[in-house]
Amino acid sequence: MSDQVTLSDNDAGKITRVEELGYELKISQVMTADVVTFSPDMSMLEALDLIQKNHISGAPVTQNGEVVGIISTEDLIRALRDGRIDRKVSDYMSTSLITANANDQVVEALKVFARKTVGRLPVLDENGKLVGLLTKGDITNGLLNALKRDYQKEELIRYRASHLFEDIESDRTSLILRYRIIKDDFLHGGAASNYIKKALHRLGASRQVARKCGIAVYEAEMNLIIHTNNGGFLRVEIEPHKITMEAYDDGPGISDIEKAMTPGFSTASEVVRSKGFGAGMGLVNIRSCVDEMTIKSSKESGTNLYMIMHLDKHKD
Amino acid sequence: MKVKEVIEICEGTLLTPNVDLDAVIKGGFSGDLMSDVLASVQAESVLITGLCNPQVVRTALIADVRLIIFARGKKPGEDILNLANEEKLPVAFSPLGIYELSGRLTKAGLPSYEMEMNLFPRD
Repeated sequence: MSDQVTLSDNDAGKITRVEELGYELKISQVMTADVVTFSPDMSMLEALDLIQKNHISGAPVTQNGEVVGIISTEDLIRALRDGRIDRKVSDYMSTSLITANANDQVVEALKVFARKTVGRLPVLDENGKLVGLLTKGDITNGLLNALKRDYQKEELIRYRASHLFEDIESDRTSLILRYRIIKDDFLHGGAASNYIKKALHRLGASRQVARKCGIAVYEAEMNLIIHTNNGGFLRVEIEPHKITMEAYDDGPGISDIEKAMTPGFSTASEVVRSKGFGAGMGLVNIRSCVDEMTIKSSKESGTNLYMIMHLDKHKD
Repeated sequence: MKVKEVIEICEGTLLTPNVDLDAVIKGGFSGDLMSDVLASVQAESVLITGLCNPQVVRTALIADVRLIIFARGKKPGEDILNLANEEKLPVAFSPLGIYELSGRLTKAGLPSYEMEMNLFPRD
């Protein structure tokens, strides 16, 4: 195995977040910084006491600040088996030292652990001074903590957003999101709705409310993409107790609204159907998801669709 | 049933590496019309579809679908996979057809998560 690993784009796509973290995190971020050390003149019995007292499985041996060896529980067992637990640490320590650099990435240490049978690496700074000790357990903990931080970041965003309304005093506070929807832009179809759903979730809406609003506004978004002359706009107004979603366009207008509300009725083309839409369920779906739905449509001014969700009705 | 078990039963190939394979799938839904999916799929299910475009992923995200299986060997393109990877939504494709896949999962004990449609309710 060589140190230089070249990744193809295909392989790079398969890298997991944990593997990424192996490259992002430095050894200094995951090592145990508060290191217990032994002196070479100490007896093995004293080393045994320190190991038991500190609940560790080994420690570096230092002399004048420099690492000269390392002692593990296996060395202690050897000393006990020999019946020479009173001998010096320097008689039993391992001196073929493999160390790690504090500024290196965690993945460098992983490579060492994969190739050598060592259980712990003394970590040195750029001047060769001992600054920590690294075990596989430290790496696992470091990676897990980093993953937890990723998760907490999202939780924090959510927490901040969900208290937005409480933090601001006014007679009527609301947050308005607007999206321009482009005619025939199937590639981005549903993107705005997903942003809206995510925003509602972050603002503290329940999963069910976010999902229902998401479905309603997604259908409205696809209608703007499929059925309008020039696309249109989505406007969502979020208030503490109410979400108002609006879709409006400038034509061609719905000629028979009652017919458009009939399940299965559709004016969509074969092209649209081949993309999975035009089932004639759009408005029917919207009506079943929201508390109030109103359509105003004319040939002259296009279609306005209002969808309202009252949050108090949907308490979990 | 876990995501990885569903994929195994479907003889599927996972295309999104960075996802939770132990997430629980509670039921299944098959269909090509995204409006039907939105109308009647319940949350936390697997979506089996023959349609292969980014709207499938967006629909799944909106409807809280937990796994998409593209049937009949349709391998989704990069635009679809990028979107799924961004949202950590598991996506797999299978050489088997929709009927076969639905049958296998039902037989393995995964219930239908299609809501019965009552389009003309009496008020």
